[in-house]
Amino acid sequence: MHKSLMRVAALAPLASAVLFAQEKAESIVIVADSRRFTGWRAWWTNLYNDSHLLFAVMTIVALPALAVVLGRITGAIMERTGINLKSRELAEH
Amino acid sequence: MDWLFVTMPIAGIQIFWPGLLILGFGVGMIGGFFGMGGGWMVTPGLNILGFPMAFAIGTDMAQMSGLSVTSTMRHGKFGNVDYKLGLIMVIGTVAGIEAGAQMIMWLERIGKIDLYVRLGYLVLLALIATLVFTDVAKRRKKEIEARASGKNLDALATGIEWHKTLHKIKLPPVVHFKRAGIRCSAWLPIMVSFLTGWLAGVLGIGGGLIRMPALIYLVGCPTHIAVGTDLFEVAISGLYGAASYSYKGRTELLAAIIMMVGAAIGAQIGSVATKYAKGYGIRIFFGIAVIGCAVSIVFKLAASLLPSARSALDLGATILILGLVFSLSFYILLKFLSGVKAELGAKKARVVGAA
Repeated sequence: MHKSLMRVAALAPLASAVLFAQEKAESIVIVADSRRFTGWRAWWTNLYNDSHLLFAVMTIVALPALAVVLGRITGAIMERTGINLKSRELAEH
Repeated sequence: MDWLFVTMPIAGIQIFWPGLLILGFGVGMIGGFFGMGGGWMVTPGLNILGFPMAFAIGTDMAQMSGLSVTSTMRHGKFGNVDYKLGLIMVIGTVAGIEAGAQMIMWLERIGKIDLYVRLGYLVLLALIATLVFTDVAKRRKKEIEARASGKNLDALATGIEWHKTLHKIKLPPVVHFKRAGIRCSAWLPIMVSFLTGWLAGVLGIGGGLIRMPALIYLVGCPTHIAVGTDLFEVAISGLYGAASYSYKGRTELLAAIIMMVGAAIGAQIGSVATKYAKGYGIRIFFGIAVIGCAVSIVFKLAASLLPSARSALDLGATILILGLVFSLSFYILLKFLSGVKAELGAKKARVVGAA
């Protein structure tokens, strides 16, 4: 009850997020349960269970790659609005 | 309403994904604008959404690395990143973080480590806030004096000028950082990054909050260059952190990806908003963010000292941090929208004038 109250009150910017917050799981997961997943999530969970090293490498490769793609997409959309995204004047310190 | 929830592959918990999107958007804007990863904002946010603390930190590190890549790309286009300076500083940062981590292990043997770390963090934040507002006040004084004597203050003038004294130490090799417009001993950025890295290692934070003011006041970077170069460093240290936490199985890639969708948009808005903000405007709001962070730590410290009021104080700290994320995001969004409106208006006027 108390936890729920805390979550509801902590809402300001994340109202809905707080309202829908779920129970917390264990902090350390040695073996992830892949039985409840299908597709890429099952593959991803199995990858974690098979090799933590490969899992870490894939994470740090996937994230920047995705960041570059998302950055380019949002950049292209912004550029279409007519904003100059290539330069700015260095007006002051 | 099940479609609003997604099950995390590793932790096996169900998370409200629009919350991740909103959090990513807000932190992306703040990170892109101030040049920091924003771990102090994301971690409590993720914890509220239902992530255990260990997962919250790891996932934050992962999304931080992606966010800073996006922001660095944009700042790089504006010429706000001094890559040479950033790469030199990586050496000091890595060594510093390692030294800090060793010191933490030593402190653990003494005990009460949390209390010492939080107190140290608090003192540091108080110093940074004092520094920022002293600088702002000094520059304002110079501006008033210049106006009184019928002159205009040089656009590159600053309030606090410690960097000028530090630049006089010409210990070889002396390096020229073209983009930042600095000529100094290479040891200056190495030592500054070692110190900030050491503090980050001791305090267990990403370090953007310390490095940004250090780049301005000690290395002598213009504000916009400090923001861009710091983000470049955050990208590198964030990747290291993400690798480390992923190896320990404490990163939820799915959550990081959802956050990054929001953060990619937010980071672009935050980075572009710096185009429309004056350097000292950024410094003032950075100072406010530092004060907010410090007050939230006071709440956390008080919570550890007063167990009876613990839940109320923890709640206060969370509300404060999330309120700060909301207010700063709102300010940056307004800055961005008014800047875009003015830019597009001027562009239209030029086209009409030419016709």
